[in-house]
Amino acid sequence: MSLLSLFRPARTESGRKLHDFHGGIHPPQRKTLSSEAPIRPGPLSATLVLPLNMHLGAPALPCVQVGDRVLKGQILAEASGPVSAPVHAPTSGVVRAIEPRPIQHPSGLDALCVVLDSDGEDRWTALTPCPDYRDMPRAELVARIRDAGIAGLGGAGFPTAVKVNVRDSQRIEQLIINAVECEPYITADDRLMRERAEGVIAGIQVLQHLVQPMETLVGIEDNKPEAIAAMRAAAAGTGIEIVTVPTKYPSGGEKQLIRVLTGKEVRSGGLPADVGVVCHNTGTAWALHRLVTTGEPLISRITTLTGTAFAEPGNVEVLIGTPVADLLAFGGVPQPHTGRLIMGGPMMGFSIENPLAPVVKTTNCIIAAPLSELPEPEPEQPCIRCGACAEVCPADLLPQQLYWYSKASEFDRAQHYNLMDCIECGACAYVCPSHIPLVQYYRYAKGAIRQQAAEHQKADRARERFEARTARIEREKAEKEAKRQARLEANRQKSSPATSVAAATPAADPVADLKKAVGEASSAYKAAVKIAKEAEEQGADNAADLRAEADQLKARADELKIALRDAKANAPAAVAPTAQAAPADPVADLKKAVGEASSAYKAAVKAAKEAEEQGADNAADLRAEADQLKARADELKIALRDAKASAPAPTRPAPASPAPAAPPAVSLSTAPESPTAQANAEDEASAEAERAKRAQRMKALKTAFNMSHKQWKEASAALERAERDGLPDVDTHRARVDKLKKKADLAKAQLNELVEAAKADMKASTGTDLKTLKLQAARAESTVREKTAALATAREAGDEERINVLQQELAAAEQQALETARTLKQAVAEQGLSDGDDA
Amino acid sequence: MALLHVTSPHATSSQRTGALMRQVMLATLPGLAVLTWLFGWGTVINVIWAMLIAAAAEAAVLKARGKPVGLYLRDNSALVTAVLLALAIPPTAPWWLTLIGVGSAIILAKQLYGGLGMNPFNPAMVGYVLLLISFPVEMTRWLAPGAAPDLATSWQLFLDRYPGADALTGATPLDSFRTWAGDASALAAEPILQGRFAGLGWEWVNVAFLAGGLYLLWRRIITWHIPVAFLAGLGLCALPFWLYDPVRFASPLFHLFSGAAMFGAFFIATDPVSAATSRWGRLIYAALIGVLIWVIRSLGGYPDAVAFAVLLLNLAAPTIDYYTQPRTYGHDKPKRGTG
Ligand code: SF4
Ligand code: SF4
Repeated sequence: MSLLSLFRPARTESGRKLHDFHGGIHPPQRKTLSSEAPIRPGPLSATLVLPLNMHLGAPALPCVQVGDRVLKGQILAEASGPVSAPVHAPTSGVVRAIEPRPIQHPSGLDALCVVLDSDGEDRWTALTPCPDYRDMPRAELVARIRDAGIAGLGGAGFPTAVKVNVRDSQRIEQLIINAVECEPYITADDRLMRERAEGVIAGIQVLQHLVQPMETLVGIEDNKPEAIAAMRAAAAGTGIEIVTVPTKYPSGGEKQLIRVLTGKEVRSGGLPADVGVVCHNTGTAWALHRLVTTGEPLISRITTLTGTAFAEPGNVEVLIGTPVADLLAFGGVPQPHTGRLIMGGPMMGFSIENPLAPVVKTTNCIIAAPLSELPEPEPEQPCIRCGACAEVCPADLLPQQLYWYSKASEFDRAQHYNLMDCIECGACAYVCPSHIPLVQYYRYAKGAIRQQAAEHQKADRARERFEARTARIEREKAEKEAKRQARLEANRQKSSPATSVAAATPAADPVADLKKAVGEASSAYKAAVKIAKEAEEQGADNAADLRAEADQLKARADELKIALRDAKANAPAAVAPTAQAAPADPVADLKKAVGEASSAYKAAVKAAKEAEEQGADNAADLRAEADQLKARADELKIALRDAKASAPAPTRPAPASPAPAAPPAVSLSTAPESPTAQANAEDEASAEAERAKRAQRMKALKTAFNMSHKQWKEASAALERAERDGLPDVDTHRARVDKLKKKADLAKAQLNELVEAAKADMKASTGTDLKTLKLQAARAESTVREKTAALATAREAGDEERINVLQQELAAAEQQALETARTLKQAVAEQGLSDGDDA
Repeated sequence: MALLHVTSPHATSSQRTGALMRQVMLATLPGLAVLTWLFGWGTVINVIWAMLIAAAAEAAVLKARGKPVGLYLRDNSALVTAVLLALAIPPTAPWWLTLIGVGSAIILAKQLYGGLGMNPFNPAMVGYVLLLISFPVEMTRWLAPGAAPDLATSWQLFLDRYPGADALTGATPLDSFRTWAGDASALAAEPILQGRFAGLGWEWVNVAFLAGGLYLLWRRIITWHIPVAFLAGLGLCALPFWLYDPVRFASPLFHLFSGAAMFGAFFIATDPVSAATSRWGRLIYAALIGVLIWVIRSLGGYPDAVAFAVLLLNLAAPTIDYYTQPRTYGHDKPKRGTG
């Protein structure tokens, strides 16, 4: 809390009131080391290494093969999800390998890279500029940006296309261009603005066009007078405001800059867009300018080579993928270099573990500093609680408390002190007189907290899965038992001729049933909406899930309503198709069922094995499922054997014994095997056959419906024409239309009936129905979305550990989404249902 | 390539805990000089003696605890404790008094709690209060200012071989005011109360410590929060009472420049380890120390009260911190408690 700031409301020349943020430091700038030489082109390395995860989000998917010859600017890997960015060839050459390579990552792990051998020709692929981007549909321009692989060139590497694609509901008040460059040493943006201000402004105009902000502010620290002058000149008359902000680290932190320029604070855990702000980087604006004027994808960037070990420090336009070692040689760093080698700035950058690591889209600086410049860290001394750290913390945390609790692994307490709001700016560690590597402690604690949370979640999920499965098994048992009873009952009734007609009609009255179902569904929907609303109000994180569930329920209720309407219309016609049943040959059916069951079992075993190998956490579940399938297959086999043995005598007990079959009588009259097993087997077999029949019939009905629908349409058109032209045969046409319409409606109604039956059957047989599956799919997708958003936040915060974890989580979630989608599709296909059927 | 693999930040400021502590000791020099000028060499001898004891005690305990002695001694914190305690002990103190005081400050008040940074109480003040309670006679044997004994006498006093030690004793301004409060003519007759603006001699001691404190502020070793709040608490508390009855209650100026006021404000209450840590917490902490000092001086049984007030507020510091956490960026309101 600086008292002075209370009395001195900072204002810029343009009269904009600037705000201050708490804390901050003034480390030696050391910028002139690299800021005075013009940007020069970088070296053309013999081999370029292009990591597939240069951006935030899902790694790109390679779309070239080893040995492929590629041209400069040609796509090497495609974006693989909503939050992802493609990778392009920075020069022409041959793809040598697609393999894990060392990259600059705090985890020290290798990452999958496309390795490109340059052919030295640097030959461009054909490019399509779009200078008339203002006339393009917005979606197309966004797609162009996405396809150009442009990602935030400042901090996190967030795909620009995602960021500019603001929802219509979000009113963006300020578009902020972060040209603060507050870290010592780095001058890439400074040089870029000095030399290419027009291009940067043109790029900002592209962003303006996309985001439609109320005002556009470019924040530049007052230690870059030349850049400010150049940008002011270029921005004259554009409505873009160049705002000079006082030099203080970390005013270039996104949250801090937003506060300085607008006085707004991004809520803890929120995104700038929530407060009507979008932040982009200068380099991003430049890349956009290149894209619209030349069509170039993002294949190079300006990187500062600095530190006194460089004989020729300065800013270099380097091809992405250039190994750091080549840049060291290019800048004249004497070999071997000892001391610090940092990617990024001295405050937040990372030590480079391996100089073969490549420059990526976010690499703004390479510092090679001998020990005399950035000496070895001093030994850690006890915290004297001097509070210097709290004085400088830009997030207004109590770093020493965070330190004590992180060190003692009291993570709850550390979280209570808002550990998660730490942006890891390093200001606290910079001033700590006891040289405590505070940030290191925070990273450790954050990692541990995230791990705990992940484990918690895992355990919860496992428990939920287990409970769901137990419930399903119970339900299945109950349903089977009910079915068996029903059949016994039916058989009993069949034997008495008086009731045989009644037995042919399945349920009493489909309309009444449907009515009931509609009522239930809509009340369920209402309840779900209520719950979802509550959750949203309380900001519960499963609100999205609940909302999705409610939507599903709504869809279902609507579906039922339509079915009800149809049923009412065609009440007499509707009952007919369901009455068909009774498999022809039980033995053949059983054989088929056995075959199916054992192949299902085999597939399940395989899946379980794979899962085990990959250490997936659902391996145990899969294994259990496989066991269950095996049991079922065995059961069926036994039933088949029995059926074969008693082939002459029909397996179905009902026709054989006209008398009401009391349970003891059955057990006497059948084989020594458990009667339930047999009944079950029979059940399965007949159900299977029924299903197959139904699927066939459904197909036929669908075709019928489609045909009559089409004919009806044509007939309607003909009728219209006839009416318009005043032809005499209008009435014939009209009659034809009516007839066809009726035909189509009937087919549709019958089809609907079958669809319903199929759904119900599916529910009975697998314990899940389409709704659940859809819900799962929706849930998985919303998890992916959530994770993506969280990841974005993490990237913005520069929270490396969190990013790691989230990336993994995201990958897992995407996997799951894929799987559920596949299951859904399969289920739909199996039941002969298609997506259109429940629309 | 011999590369350094460390996490960010890669640059650090030049502040060092050891250097900070050295600056604190340097800043006491004006005060030490004035004390020597007024009361002779006793304080200097005590300071040196205390530093030796502190270093030895600290090293011994560190060794016993199996810690790297050199590294921990280099933080200089034990020496600061020693200097501060020695400055608070009367210049007539015999060697064993300092030995007991410094020894218990380092061993009991600091190392037994886990060493630097872990002690809830200001070690120097723990040592001081322990001595004050155990040896009230020796601890209140101040000399009349200006009647400084020569080096030989001071040495004899230090060795506890000076026969007429008690005869040397003179009252401090705070003692005198306490004794004669309410009696205008007696107060006017008391020579020690006739300083330029506060008690005779002692006003200069306080001015010297104020100068040292300003140096610390200038060097950014301490922040303004604690000294300002401390002095404001003391002065603002004294003001209305003095306006109400200047014969019974001393003036704010007298309070601020008597006894250990400036020494306490800049050197004792600013000990970061035992103070409150949040910004508002520090203001409240120091202001309450100031208020308590006035209360004890004016209404309590002891003429001066810096040590008691500081220790009491050390006790309250965690509670103060509990309620004064800052509002973190992106949060609506500050949190309370420790989770
Ligand atoms: S700056 Fe260092 S020594 Fe001072 S309180 Fe913070 S962590 Fe402790
Ligand atoms: S690293 Fe975290 S705790 Fe330290 S100053 Fe930055 S935000 Fe505050």
